[in-house]
Amino acid sequence: MRKGQYRFVTGFLFVPVALYLIFVIWPYIQTFGYSLTDWKGESQTFKFVGLDNYRALLHDDVFKEAIWHNLLFLVFIPVITILLALFFAFMVNAGGRSKAGGVQGVAGSGFYKIVYFFPQVLSLAILAVLFNAVYRSDGGGLLNGFLIKLHLVDVNNPVEWLNEPNVVLWALMAVVVWHGVGFYLVLFSAAMQSIPRDIYEAALIDGANRSQSFFRITLPLLWETVQTAWVYLGIIAMDMFVLVSSMTSNMGAYGGGPDHGSDVMSTVMMRNFLYFGKSGYACAMGVVMLLLTLVLSVVTLRATRRERIEF
Amino acid sequence: MGSTSAENNRSNGVGRRDLIKRSAALGLISVPTMSFLSACASGGGDDSSSDDSTKGTTSKSNPFGVKKGSTLDVVVFKGGYGDDYAKAWEANFKTKIGVSSTHTGTQEITGKLQPRFNAGNPPDIVDDSGAQQIKIDVLYKNGQLLDLSPVLDAPAIDDPTKKVRDLLIPGTLDPGVQEGKVVALNYIYTVWGLWYSGKLFKDKGWTPPKTWDEFIAICQKAKAAGIGGLAHQGKYPYYINVAIMDLIAKKGGIDAVKAIDNLDPKAFVGSAAAQAGVEAIYEVVEKGLLMPGTNGLTHTESQTRWNQYKAAFITCGSWLENEQLKLTPTDFDMKFLPMPLLADSKMPFEAIRAGSGEPFIIPAKAKNLPGAKEFMRHMLSKEWSTLFAKEANSLTILKDGVDSSVTLRPGTQSTVEASKAAGANTFRFLYPDWYSEMDTSIQNASNELMAKRIQPKEWLKRCQAAVDKQAKDPASKKNVHS
Repeated sequence: MRKGQYRFVTGFLFVPVALYLIFVIWPYIQTFGYSLTDWKGESQTFKFVGLDNYRALLHDDVFKEAIWHNLLFLVFIPVITILLALFFAFMVNAGGRSKAGGVQGVAGSGFYKIVYFFPQVLSLAILAVLFNAVYRSDGGGLLNGFLIKLHLVDVNNPVEWLNEPNVVLWALMAVVVWHGVGFYLVLFSAAMQSIPRDIYEAALIDGANRSQSFFRITLPLLWETVQTAWVYLGIIAMDMFVLVSSMTSNMGAYGGGPDHGSDVMSTVMMRNFLYFGKSGYACAMGVVMLLLTLVLSVVTLRATRRERIEF
Repeated sequence: MGSTSAENNRSNGVGRRDLIKRSAALGLISVPTMSFLSACASGGGDDSSSDDSTKGTTSKSNPFGVKKGSTLDVVVFKGGYGDDYAKAWEANFKTKIGVSSTHTGTQEITGKLQPRFNAGNPPDIVDDSGAQQIKIDVLYKNGQLLDLSPVLDAPAIDDPTKKVRDLLIPGTLDPGVQEGKVVALNYIYTVWGLWYSGKLFKDKGWTPPKTWDEFIAICQKAKAAGIGGLAHQGKYPYYINVAIMDLIAKKGGIDAVKAIDNLDPKAFVGSAAAQAGVEAIYEVVEKGLLMPGTNGLTHTESQTRWNQYKAAFITCGSWLENEQLKLTPTDFDMKFLPMPLLADSKMPFEAIRAGSGEPFIIPAKAKNLPGAKEFMRHMLSKEWSTLFAKEANSLTILKDGVDSSVTLRPGTQSTVEASKAAGANTFRFLYPDWYSEMDTSIQNASNELMAKRIQPKEWLKRCQAAVDKQAKDPASKKNVHS
């Protein structure tokens, strides 16, 4: 590099880093500061209360239940989405019948690649409206209407998908998985395409079937991408604000489902911040969310670390 | 794939990693300096309220000293009543007083105004309502609300010999009282109860019920005819909760209402009225007389179904007609019905939950306080009240506030008749405006009750627990329903 290049490069980096520090890092620091007060959100009069908010959090059953729901999402959403995306990506890239020309995807894979990405194009707000109509609790909902026509559901007793505590979390999970599979399909597809075909062909010659090709060749070579996908999906699972607040019944504000059955940390936090006016308390929740997400990300990255394979 | 060159420290320069580390260190030092200068949430906003630019001279016709040519920042919730009435007011205000207004009609009151309140530059007058309402008790605790007594004690526009507050329907100011001061003007005179279609009842030959047994009978006839009995807006338990609380109020009388508002230890558990009320509603659930699926529907979904003759009754307040204006069939003949009476009730059948809704507030730190006060004084005049009735199909808290030249729609007309029949037999719960958390817990319990996941006994226990929890807060002693 040439002389004076430090200044050149740093000069370009200055503005983006500054923006990041002002709009992302500084609010984090402020949140931590507010969590030590009894700020009520609508003015600047507040008192310093130390760790009272955190002590109160330890006894807050609603928040603890919300953490549990987030952990449930954290376990199931990445697993289901990644498995489906891997399966589809494999099918679309290397799952076709082996012909003389070598490894290829199933018939129509070009079509599938495009169509499976469509859900990702929709914004979460549109998804909420769409699935509200699908899960609508009377005969006018897509699911209920369909099941009533098949006589699997009594027309006088339709299933209230989003109002049943045992079903609501799975219903929300289905929406997230439906939305995300397309994106991760494309991600894994791109990664798979960088795997040289000769490896697959060599395996085919040795008599490997589809599942052996997948587990012995594809998955190990894709591991870094899967790891990244896991962290992204984990972050989505720790958030879930948009879907919960717009699809589930109101616990005062911001949804939360039947009897807090679908409350997540972000909705409990917003409800306390804006609706109940306990903004200092809500900031303490925010700090706990931050720590939890950080710890989980680090643990996930460490636990799934493997040797990097070069090819 | 392959290994990266980020770490390589080649002799002829610096590696990527190092450069980023060094730039980050540089940035970390310099940016906090900048950010301390930038406006942050804790930045002290300067107190520039009520500066001279909005102060004019006071006179008999200008008791607050509004300055001609100043501007008024008006924010209005654009919900069931729309916001055309506010635009009509602003136009009138401009011609009469010479103050032009900036108008914002929105559903995101919290989204748009919480940052403004926090930074100390709120609007001049706000219609703070809707799902995103900033709760009045929260604003009050933050010191953001102006005490409205100067407006209420000023001479009324229609009769300068009387005070503004003397021309209002009695009791309508109470919901806006926090710790003894009127800080919110609940402008719209609302009644709550059941609604039905006059046309449907005529076609089926049903008479509107006066007692609870008659109500159950009609619901059963409806179910036999393939129509749901009672519909409610399940996703927002607020609505069915109003029905339950109204049954309790009518059965137990005003004492039962005050017991709940004043956080009595026997407000729910140990109250015969509360038990009778919740068991009556549970009877509807048990006998399968709810419109199928109603427990999960939003307000527009359930109300539209009701408009499509899929349910006989629906719970709601008198904004219903305006909200469903575009969807109601022209011959629907919407009619209001007070809650049918349980046996041995202390209040008569005509008694209704009536009161004022749609709180208008003047922020304490508003820039044009004289303008805001004058605007509110005009709201309580017959001219503006009639403008409101014309645009929003609803009544205001002004006595005889609607000019007789205006014809009202059937739903609104039936509420006028119901109010006349009720006379002095109106009641109102005050706790929802005082205690948001308690209100949320009670609504939550009602949602569980309607879904048959808890029984009436458990509902009473949960509500009592919410009351007892709120009673532990010493500040609750300042809120008294006398």
